[in-house]
Parts: sequence; structure tokens; C-alpha cells
Amino acid sequence: MALLEISSLGKSIGKAEILQGINLKAERGEILGLIGPTGSGKTTLLRLVNLLDEPSSGSILFDGREVSGRPERELLAARRRMAMVFQKPVMFKASVEENVSYGLRMRGRVDAMGGRERIKEALAAVGLSGYESRDANTLSGGETQRIALARALILQPDLLLLDEPTANLDPGSAASIDSLLRNLAGSRTAVILATHNMQQCRKLARRVAVLQEGRLVAMGKSEEITLPW
Amino acid sequence: MEEIYSGLLRALELIAARDPQVVEITFRSFFISLSSAFLAGIICIPLGGIIELHQFWGKRALINLIQTFYSLPTVTVGLLVFLLISRSGPLGDLNLLFSPAGMIFGQAVLVSPIMIGLTITALAGVSSPIRDTARSLGATDMQIIITVIKEARVAVMAAVLLGFGRALSEVGVAMMIGGNIRGYTRVLTTAIALETSMGNLELSMALGIILISISLAINLLLNRFQGR
Ligand SMILES: Nc1ncnc2c1ncn2[C@@H]1O[C@H](COP(=O)(O)OP(=O)(O)OP(=O)(O)O)[C@@H](O)[C@H]1O
Ligand SMILES: [Mg+2]
Repeated sequence: MALLEISSLGKSIGKAEILQGINLKAERGEILGLIGPTGSGKTTLLRLVNLLDEPSSGSILFDGREVSGRPERELLAARRRMAMVFQKPVMFKASVEENVSYGLRMRGRVDAMGGRERIKEALAAVGLSGYESRDANTLSGGETQRIALARALILQPDLLLLDEPTANLDPGSAASIDSLLRNLAGSRTAVILATHNMQQCRKLARRVAVLQEGRLVAMGKSEEITLPW
Repeated sequence: MEEIYSGLLRALELIAARDPQVVEITFRSFFISLSSAFLAGIICIPLGGIIELHQFWGKRALINLIQTFYSLPTVTVGLLVFLLISRSGPLGDLNLLFSPAGMIFGQAVLVSPIMIGLTITALAGVSSPIRDTARSLGATDMQIIITVIKEARVAVMAAVLLGFGRALSEVGVAMMIGGNIRGYTRVLTTAIALETSMGNLELSMALGIILISISLAINLLLNRFQGR
């Protein structure tokens, strides 16, 4: 069974239909590309999956359970098995270390799981070793994005949602993040990678879903997809 | 004019000489008003957080009401608290009337609207991406509130400081609940009122200068907070 199974999902804000009739599956160990032009609804879809917003229609099955429209307690339990890196990540007014360990602390797991070691590993994974005591709000855009990724990776989520994770990075750091993500393929994590960048999709994702004006217009192997625009 | 001038000089002398009565009253004022600001803070900051972070029917009206209470005359709060803690009142058994503890309670009630209101304003300044990030990273509603309070800590501290300033400079509650008992509940404001009415202008002025200086210091501190 797929880890995530979305069916006829829709989202309206006021009169505007932002998403319509979305059907999508994501399996553990796969990176699913979500590609679409600006304003096509990628961020909106990821937020629905992360259970931050409520869909207007349709269903979200996470690990076999319906999670949409459930009480906050159940949403929280599901959310705690996911992690999302926002398109424009923000940092808490605290050190990098406190930012990276935030999710673990909220789960009350920071000491039990060898917090320090894991923070170190997570920072090393994104190429920012030794940044622990830096004030997180003095980081550059690219550093912020990488810390946001470390903050998500440290949680070892079952489902990782990435919204343009390399948009603020130079080609070199983008490439190193790409190879980090490639290592997640074949693990127990399912990754959904939203991007404008077809090249990145081809490099990382086996399957690609194409979003246009709030609808999924194509879905297939990344080599076979040609973009309709 | 001459009289005021020489009175002022003698008032400064009293302060410089650390006149025991002046020192004692100043410390008591500080202690009582700091305690009330602290007490109000530990209740009002989480309460402000809960109000700010939840959507419920009548929220806007509640916030308007709280803001109306900012300028509640201190004597009406004094009366309300008096009714609560007087012998026959619901809290009469606690024996709070005419005691420092009663004043702390009363001043805490007095500054609560300001503290809740300013906390709400402070927390409203924390952006929704921060809240989303906390939620996305697995924070519970309560943990989100704590995170948001931490994010707004400077503005929240300013709210507490303002509450302290209002408690320190008010007379109504201190007089009606404390009773201005010498060596026990007499604080800067009640002492000034009494000493002035008895013609002890030097002592009054000395206490007045101290009160103004503290208020000034609080304002400077607030400016430094907000300037950052
Ligand atoms: N809260 C909102 N209120 C009104 N419209 C919204 C809201 N959020 C999103 N939209 C609209 O929904 C559409 C999809 O937005 P979304 O952010 O999901 O696009 P996107 O694919 O992530 O775009 P980008 O690639 O630029 O990040 C856009 O037209 C946007 O203006
Ligand atoms: Mg987007």
C-alpha cells in the first residue's frame, strides 16, 4: 500500500478553485517530482498534505488512514511522521542548534535520541558543520534553506515534503543537496519534491506529476514527461 | 516659589541621606508592584497566547472589551477587589484586605487588561510562517503558543514592564486595599497623598522625585527594548 494516497482532492479559497480533483500516490523510498509553473498550486498541495490547511473536498490517506478532516490530535500524530521544507523557510529567533532540534524537542525526544550527535550529523549532511551556535536569523538565504532541510531531515520522517528546496542555492550547493536527496531514494522515506526545474526532476525523481492551474495534467516516468508549456 | 525651591532641596537631601522612611517605602513599592506585575504576567501572558492563537466566536469583541479596560479608573478596580476580598466577599477567608498580599492581588487585577491586551498585540506581530513552521515541525497547540511567546519575547517583556509601571504609579488599589498602613502597606503613591495632605511637603517631594525617576527609568528601558 502506498504511504500517501490522495484522491479527488480539492481546495477552494473564497470563490477561487486553487486545486481540483487531485489523485496522487507516493511510496516509501521514492522521490516523486511535483512540477508546475508558478501559481499552479504546488505549495497549496504540499500544505494540504502536511495537514496545515483543510482541503475543501477529497481524501488523504496516510499510511492507510484517512487523515483529512480528523481532529487535531490525529492530525498531529500524522504530522509528526512528516516533515516539510517551506519554499521560503523561516527560522525561530534562536541558535541554529535550537532550530534544528526544534522538532525533536516538540516530540520530547531530544535527549533520548542522542540529540547533540544527531544535530551534528544533520548539519554535516547539509554542509554546515560547526554552525550550531550561530544566530539562525543572521544566516544567508542559502544557509537558511539548508538549515531548514536539516531541521526536517533530523526527524527521519516517513514523508518528506520539499517545496523548491534548492531555489536559493548556487549550482554547487544545489548539486550537493541533490545528491543528499538521492540518498533518500530507496530508504523508508517517501519524498515529494515540488519544483519548476525539470532537470532537477529528471535527476532525482523516477515519477513526475505535472500540475497546471490546479489540476494534475500528466503523470509518469520523468524521462517520458514532456511539459505542456 | 521660594518655599517649593527650598522644599525641593530638602527633599533631595532626604534622598541623598537615604532617609530610612523613604528607603523603606520605596522598597515596599517596588516589591509589591513587581510582585503584582509578575503574578499578572504568569497568568496574562499564557491567557493572551490562548486568545491570540485560537479563533472563536466573539474574539474581536473580547479584545475590544479588554482594551476598554486599559483605562479603567483604579478606584473602580479597588472597589471591585475590595468587594471580592472583604470579610463577606467570596475571597474573604483569605484575609487579604489591608495587607501587602491583597495589594499585590489588586494591582495584578488592575494591570491584567493591559498585559493581556499588549501580549495579544505582541503575539499578533509574530508572522504566520513562524506558526506554520512550528505546527509543521510537530508542535502541539500549547507548544505553538509557547513558541510564539518566545518569538515575541521583547514585546511581551515590554508589556510586563508597562504593567509594572502602571501598578507602581496607581493610588486607588493601593489606598483602598492596602489602607496605607505605616510600615506595612504604605507605598510611594499613598505616602505622597498622605504626606501632602498633612503638609509634609519635603517628604512628599522626595517620594515624588523617586516615583518620577522610576517611571523615567521604565520608559528608558522600554525604549531600549523597542528600539532593537
Ligand atoms: N491564501 C490564498 N488566498 C488566495 N489565493 C491563494 C492563496 N494561497 C494561494 N493562492 C493562489 O493559489 C494559486 C496557487 O498558489 P501556490 O502557492 O500553491 O502556487 P505554486 O505552484 O506553489 O507557485 P510557485 O511556483 O510560484 O511557488 C495561486 O494563484 C495563488 O495566488
Ligand atoms: Mg510555491
